[in-house]
Amino acid sequence: MHRAALLVLADGRFPAGGHAHSGGAEAAVTARRVRDVASLREFCRGRLHTAGLVAAGLAAAAAAGYDPLLLEEAADARTPSPALRQAGRRLGRQLLRAARAAWPSPELDALAAARPRGAHQPVVLGLAARSAGLTPLDAAYAAAYESVSGPVTATVRLLRLDPFDATAVLARLAADLDHVAAGAAEAAQRVPADGVAALPAASAPLLDITAEQHVMRPARLFAS
Amino acid sequence: MHLHHDDAFPDSHVHGPAGSAGEGPDGRRRALRIGLGGPVGSGKTATVAALCRTLRAELSIAVVTNDIYTREDAEFLLRQAVLPADRITAVQTGACPHTAIRDDISANLEAVEDLQDHLGPLDLILIESGGDNLTATFSKGLVDAQIFVIDVAGGDDIPRKGGPGVTTSDLLVINKTDLAPHVGADLEAMARDAKAQRGDLPTVLTAVKTAGGITPVADWIRERLAAWTAGPA
Ligand SMILES: Nc1nc2c(ncn2[C@@H]2O[C@H](COP(=O)(O)OP(=O)(O)OP(=O)(O)O)[C@@H](O)[C@H]2O)c(=O)[nH]1
Ligand SMILES: [Mg+2]
Repeated sequence: MHRAALLVLADGRFPAGGHAHSGGAEAAVTARRVRDVASLREFCRGRLHTAGLVAAGLAAAAAAGYDPLLLEEAADARTPSPALRQAGRRLGRQLLRAARAAWPSPELDALAAARPRGAHQPVVLGLAARSAGLTPLDAAYAAAYESVSGPVTATVRLLRLDPFDATAVLARLAADLDHVAAGAAEAAQRVPADGVAALPAASAPLLDITAEQHVMRPARLFAS
Repeated sequence: MHLHHDDAFPDSHVHGPAGSAGEGPDGRRRALRIGLGGPVGSGKTATVAALCRTLRAELSIAVVTNDIYTREDAEFLLRQAVLPADRITAVQTGACPHTAIRDDISANLEAVEDLQDHLGPLDLILIESGGDNLTATFSKGLVDAQIFVIDVAGGDDIPRKGGPGVTTSDLLVINKTDLAPHVGADLEAMARDAKAQRGDLPTVLTAVKTAGGITPVADWIRERLAAWTAGPA
């Protein structure tokens, strides 16, 4: 395996559709809950320890070779908002296209055949990591990082934040990212014995509610 | 006049069913995909609408719009009933219209794929970019050829300024020539500057909203389509 593949997978420029999504940041900006660097930092910390942790657990389990279709169900159970389910599957479909070009594998082909309309993005991310020869912990890192890098990039555009301050938000979250990724990978190890119930199921009700409101808005810059 | 780039049809490499490969999943030559880019308000949607009206009797057409903030372009086309509703799809671009047509084309490819799934084989897919700046260009993974639409009211020095859209697009449309007298635009200078920037690549000066104004653009599409259909699958 080549660890450097993780840099490719986690690169914000990896062409998998993420640039059109804000991870709930646009809804938070609209509601003025995120309005400056400090509130962005708190938003990201909250998202990382809830949606980010859940995504990291699913990704780690998929990277460990656990049945992606069962993980799909586990992702649905952890995603009560229909808007977020739809956004997650759409992003999963787009990631699948990019991953099959970057790291072709029979497992990715099989998932694409089983879920032509898309599988949940963290599940695809984990399987992409696996196809790239990466470990479950690597996959957890990619998912956890993405849960905060997307909102930060979107907020730089939405609020015209100083990009250096915004990047510092991500840098200061490094210890939290380590913690979340390690916890997610550890939970994924317990899946063979305990089933998908072993995976994190932390919820962020406000992200769910505002995601539903966001898709109803007639004018928005980001799809989610 | 040469109508085509030497690299008119990108190397076929298979990146999934709706990548740049020339062949669809059924082995038939897939639809020709044409991108329309250009500054805000230059007449991209008006061009798409006029092309649909002119070509829909002879071709099976679908449209993808890239709306920055709303679904306005898609809704305009629906209101004008230039095509049945199921032939028009809107893609959301996330504050960065050029990213969605060049750096990360995932959402647009997905829209193309969905249209093909629902409608069956198509002849032509028009992809309108969100209004952007003079550097916006389409990826070869998304389109087979691109039209850049500017207008005389945006300043008659735009062809001279150049930029990738003006210099490298497969067809440059200088639109709203009907407004030239009102805005004091020098059409001859615009044509001359475009020629200097583009060499043998074609340019048309027209007003797509006037009667017959779309004809040179529609004729160019017909030519591209003939070459595309004749090409290797
Ligand atoms: N006079 C004149 N007006 C035109 C012509 N073509 C388009 N327009 C008008 O120019 C305005 C903008 O046209 P659109 O087709 O919406 O422009 P667009 O490039 O799609 O704009 P965005 O998608 O917002 O970037 C509309 O009011 C059109 O009616 C033309 O040939 N002559
Ligand atoms: Mg338009």
